[in-house]
Amino acid sequence: MKCSEFLKKMSDYFDGQIPEPLLSDLRAHMGQCSHCEVVVNTVEKTIRIYRNQDIYELELPEQVRDDLRCKIMTKCRCDKG
Amino acid sequence: MAPIQPSTEEQDNLLLVERAKAGDDSAFEQLIRQYDRQVFRIARHITQNKEDAEDIVQDAFLKAYQKLHQFQGNSKFSTWLVRIAVNESLMRLRKRRNSKTVSMDDDVQTEEGSVPRDFADWGPDPEQQYKQTELREILQKTIAGLSPGFRSVFTLRDVENLSTEETAQALGLSVPAVKSRLLRARLQLRDRLTRYMKMHPEGIQ
Repeated sequence: MKCSEFLKKMSDYFDGQIPEPLLSDLRAHMGQCSHCEVVVNTVEKTIRIYRNQDIYELELPEQVRDDLRCKIMTKCRCDKG
Repeated sequence: MAPIQPSTEEQDNLLLVERAKAGDDSAFEQLIRQYDRQVFRIARHITQNKEDAEDIVQDAFLKAYQKLHQFQGNSKFSTWLVRIAVNESLMRLRKRRNSKTVSMDDDVQTEEGSVPRDFADWGPDPEQQYKQTELREILQKTIAGLSPGFRSVFTLRDVENLSTEETAQALGLSVPAVKSRLLRARLQLRDRLTRYMKMHPEGIQ
C-alpha cells in the first residue's frame, strides 16, 4: 500500500469504518511506515486536545445567557407582532 | 428499511417545535435554553470572536423562530439549527472582511495541507508541555490559521462530535466532501501543532 492510499483511508480509520481485510492492510502499512504511524498518532492527539481543551472561554456565563434569551424572545415577539 | 426511531431527546424536541409552531413561546424558549451554548461554541470557533458569537446566538435563534414552519423533521432539530448558526457565522465573516470569498468552497481551490510535511513525533502527553494559558494560546492561534470552511468541518465533526452525516447536513455538503475536507483540516492542524508539540532531542528544550 502506498502512503497516499493510506492517507485517503485515514478519516474512515478514525471513524472505525474500515472493514476487514482492508483494516489489516492499513495496520500492516503503519507497522512498516513510521511516517504514517506518526501521522495517525499525532492526528489522534490533535483531535483529543481540541475536544478536551477549553480553548476559548466557551461557556457563556448564566447572566449573559439570560440576557441573550431575553433579547431573542423580545425580537421574536416583535416579529410576530 | 424501517425508519429510524428518533431518540427520546429528539422526540421531546419535536414536541417543543410543534408547540412553538402553534404559538407557544415558552416552548421556543426551552429550545433556546437547550442549544444556546452549542450555538455559541460553534459560532465562537468559526468567527474566532466572542462578541460576534453572542450576536450570532441572537440572529440564529431569531432566524430559526422565523423559519420554524419550514422545519419538517427531516433532520434532527439540532442539526437544522446548527446549519443556521454556521451560515450566520460565515455571513458574519464575509461582512467583517468585506469580501465574497468566505464560503464552504474557498478552501478546495488549493492543495495546501493535503499531505503531511512534518513527521516528527510528539511527546506522550503534549498537553503537559505547556501551562494551561500557553496551551490555549497555541490552540487558538493554530485553529485560527485554518480557512473558515475547514474550521467549520473540524469544529462540527471533531470538537462538537457530530456524525459525518450530521456534519454534511449542517454544512450543506455531501458526505465525501465532508470526509475530504475533514482529512485536510486534521492534517493542517496536526502539521501546525507539530511545531509546538514535537519531541525535542534529549537535553535540548
